[in-house]
Amino acid sequence: MVLIYQGPIDVDQLLSRWYNAEHNRNYGAMVSFVGTVREEGGIEALSFDIYRPLLEQWFDGWKTKLAKEGALLAMAHSEGDVPVHKSSFACAIFSRKRRVALEMLDAFVEDFKANAPIWKYDVIDGERIYAAERSTPMAGSGLLSKEG
Amino acid sequence: MVKVEFLGPIGKEPIEIDAKTLADVAEILKQDPEIKVWLENCAVAVNDTMVNRLDVELKDGDKISLLPPVCGG
Repeated sequence: MVLIYQGPIDVDQLLSRWYNAEHNRNYGAMVSFVGTVREEGGIEALSFDIYRPLLEQWFDGWKTKLAKEGALLAMAHSEGDVPVHKSSFACAIFSRKRRVALEMLDAFVEDFKANAPIWKYDVIDGERIYAAERSTPMAGSGLLSKEG
Repeated sequence: MVKVEFLGPIGKEPIEIDAKTLADVAEILKQDPEIKVWLENCAVAVNDTMVNRLDVELKDGDKISLLPPVCGG
């Protein structure tokens, strides 16, 4: 299950929680990624909407894929506003040897960017503006614009 | 009747329409200029399963979700 935070992620607490839950289960590697909101373009925060049913399906697909490699996946994401210099996304992969975790983390984050049902908004002067130009159409987009 | 919901930034309340296939849904949504502009970039799910064919048959109570371009993280 994806951990959903209302607002910023408590990174200290989260990474400790993940590490402490798994380090004595004989995984030789824990590789984590934390995404932090950068200050640029005059934003005071980023804001996120999430469609949970499809996020869970997408995440379960990745968990199953990693389990076949003997690896374990954990993920957290924020919903609502996350101020600059706070974190909105974190994930970690545990594997017996480092190579699987290092390689799969990259593939996971790339697919996350393209196919996780999460929408991003810039918050400027209190207004929420959809980050259209930084967003990616999901696989299969445009179906309803086709001629039947 | 089937329910159509517009996720994320589309910012429109769900609607209920009469439709037997996704092609019917497409024809109805194209009538609304506010929605039509999103169709080219939206992916579609029926009852929370992603679909990629217009001939998907619908039944009473089905939920169709429109998913605009995403950007997590």
